[in-house]
Amino acid sequence: MNSRRSNTSAALSIALFAFLYAPLVVIVVQSLNNSARGGAWRGFTWHWYEMAMHNSAALDAARTTLWLGLGSTAIATVLGTLLALGLSGGPFRGRRMIETTTLLPVVIPDIVMAIALLLFFHEVRERLNVLDPGLLTMTLAHVTFQIPFVALVVRARLAGFDHTLEEAARDLGANKWQTFWRVKFPLIWPGILAGALLAFTLSIDDFVVSFFTTGPGAMTLPILIYSSVKRGITPEINALSTIFIVATIIATVSLTLLQSRVKK
Amino acid sequence: MKRPGLQSRWLCVPGALWIGVFLLAPLLCVVAVSFFSTGSYGEIQRPLTAEHYARFVGFGALGWDALYPFIIARSIFLAAASTGLCLLLALPMAFFIASLPTRWKSAALTLVTIPLWTNLLIRTYAWQILLSGTPFYPGAVAVFVGLVCDYLPFLVLPLYASVEKIDWTLAEAAQDLGAARWNTFQHAIWPQMRPGAVAGIVLVFVPATGQFVIPDLLGGAKTVLLGNVIQQQFGPSQNWPFGSALATIAMLLVLMGLWLYARAAKNDREATLL
Amino acid sequence: MDAVGLVRRFGDVIALDHVSLSIGRGEFFSLLGPSGCGKTTFLRIVAGLDAPDEGTLVIGGQDALPIPAHRRAVNTVFQSYALFPHMNVEENVAFGLRMKRVPRAEIQTRVRRALDLTQITELAARKPHQISGGQKQRVALARALINEPEVLLLDEPLGALDVKLRRELQQELHALQRRLGITFIHVTHDQDEALGLSDRIAVMNAGRAVQVGSANEIYEKPRNRFVAQFVGGCNLIDATRRETHIAHASFGELRVERELPSEKVTLAIRPERILLGRTAANRFDACVVDTTYTGAETQLVLRIGNATLKAVTINNAGATPIRIGETIPVNIPPEALLVLED
Repeated sequence: MNSRRSNTSAALSIALFAFLYAPLVVIVVQSLNNSARGGAWRGFTWHWYEMAMHNSAALDAARTTLWLGLGSTAIATVLGTLLALGLSGGPFRGRRMIETTTLLPVVIPDIVMAIALLLFFHEVRERLNVLDPGLLTMTLAHVTFQIPFVALVVRARLAGFDHTLEEAARDLGANKWQTFWRVKFPLIWPGILAGALLAFTLSIDDFVVSFFTTGPGAMTLPILIYSSVKRGITPEINALSTIFIVATIIATVSLTLLQSRVKK
Repeated sequence: MKRPGLQSRWLCVPGALWIGVFLLAPLLCVVAVSFFSTGSYGEIQRPLTAEHYARFVGFGALGWDALYPFIIARSIFLAAASTGLCLLLALPMAFFIASLPTRWKSAALTLVTIPLWTNLLIRTYAWQILLSGTPFYPGAVAVFVGLVCDYLPFLVLPLYASVEKIDWTLAEAAQDLGAARWNTFQHAIWPQMRPGAVAGIVLVFVPATGQFVIPDLLGGAKTVLLGNVIQQQFGPSQNWPFGSALATIAMLLVLMGLWLYARAAKNDREATLL
Repeated sequence: MDAVGLVRRFGDVIALDHVSLSIGRGEFFSLLGPSGCGKTTFLRIVAGLDAPDEGTLVIGGQDALPIPAHRRAVNTVFQSYALFPHMNVEENVAFGLRMKRVPRAEIQTRVRRALDLTQITELAARKPHQISGGQKQRVALARALINEPEVLLLDEPLGALDVKLRRELQQELHALQRRLGITFIHVTHDQDEALGLSDRIAVMNAGRAVQVGSANEIYEKPRNRFVAQFVGGCNLIDATRRETHIAHASFGELRVERELPSEKVTLAIRPERILLGRTAANRFDACVVDTTYTGAETQLVLRIGNATLKAVTINNAGATPIRIGETIPVNIPPEALLVLED
């Protein structure tokens, strides 16, 4: 190919990578900057991390975020996997409708979904006096937007699944249950795992839906960060965010490694 | 004897039921509430009314004012502009990544994915830090920069996927037949990338239109977008019915966009069949 | 095994159109036909992976249709082998016995025996993606045979292999079947494979079993045009009846040993049955239009009048080579002329 042109696109790409990473670098640098108001570099310090580690609100938020992520991911992974299995089976009436409906959470703007759930939980509470806003409502909301993503990832994995393997298993005397657990499940679990990892990331990253469905006493890290940003950034938040960024990098890299290992 | 496969529909039930209860029912709630009146303390009450839609179109207590259509236009314009710029930037990047040797390729893809998975809120407030002190912050330019930075990966990934699948013999054939570079791209390469590009555009344009965090943190008071107005009605303004009307309109816009997309996708399929 | 009047429709398409086949215990039975003729559908119904719309199926004296696939004493060697990619060879072979909860020790001895039988003992620890096509075929065979089925189904088992390997495995398959005495039902579109391996063959076309018989019968006495042309090459000659034993073809009169049943008849003759250079009954002068040398024999295209016939000559040492453009006398023996039904 034309080398002059690929040089240009290489230069542009590198510039764009810099553009993508500039915000991340700023946060990491500021989290280590010995300056209470940000700005110019005033020397290296771990101080903000120490403060973040002793900030009980932050620790609570981290705990809430983690439980929310784990709980909603567990439910969404089961439901999303079942959905994917159902949709990739033989055709049936209403399949297209289910397919389209279950994709809605992907395309509805998150603010619309957030206020819809806020309204819904509010109405349910008025009438039935259940579902106090808090960790439970947030979990229900997160599962809702996680399901389609899990289903999409698992379906992608199922698309490469050779259905004669199932027939071979049945032919060899395996019943439905055995066929699933001995043959199908082991072959699609990387997809399920990838779907779960994606769902977990979506959950811990989510701000908008959590913000509208939470209640007193249940604050997630993104909500904490948002309210701190609104009040004026403190270096502690940079430290927290950096931890967040590092966790994301670890998750992304391990997912990539997982996928490349499975491909082999 | 039962034929296998008939039972698969039951597997869909729990997930479909969940989406029905926690998405369809709430969305219907939104549509319903948008026709109720707002009490003086923000309560949702009868009589049923279309006043919120009238207010949206601009008929308020103070006569006609196109504030909300203007906000929608601004949201769409900013979303469209940032989607367009993302597309322009993502194209060379996708080609560049696809041209890398295999080892570097997966590293580069991971590098694109990391910002995508990093909390949008964090990336956005980082731009607040980066841009504060410049004349762009707060304002539309800052929002624009934030949108482009946050959504660029969403276009790079599907574009890259379609570049990988390109049948280069077509391009070579076109050049063989004497097509100029631009013509080769237009007729032999771009048609193969279209599905990826369209998917990416949907992935960026839809959420960008309803964005609330980015304009909230970077836009300031002057650059209010659709997402912010909706949030305001459910936050400080305590006017849930009006907020619901705005959300209903946003929903309709999205569905309309998707319908156009589905139609384009169908045309594409038909075109490839021919 | 008895199948009576099996019908299977997929929408408007009839995949099986009242197929009735009776297959004896210990028989090597082949279903031969072009792709889409319904042979694989038949196999899937016998395996229990599909159900017929009409008809009955009895295996070993028992109505098989209510028995689900996993309880039928029938095992399949799939065309794609369908080896479980996440299990090694040994685990693949042991799968059927594990599902039946056979004691561990017994599984071990039977797996060893099956691996020995198919000569893949040294591959036991390999994964399917680490072995060759021929080896996969053996694993699939071992995996099916270990269950000691009453009927073993083979769906184009050798289709994906190269010619040399195919011939080798054919012989092995044949020997194996003789040794085990299990009923083999074998689906193929390769006539050589069907003719070489089977006790009996059913030729299938468009969802019907067109002719059932031994290899010899199928080849020597094809009943209709389809069988005549699909199994081995065949010259077809349209003719009208002159007398009971004399037919009138476009290039002359033909004496036929068999009685001609109707006014219009289709006669068939195998290329190798046309005799060159001899003069007897049904003698014609033929012009050599084309020759193809294939080593052991030379294939000829002959023109007699306006009819084109294929013939073969064995390349004996010292035989005078036949050249294109030459005119040679040929003899169409009356006893070699077949009378087809359509």
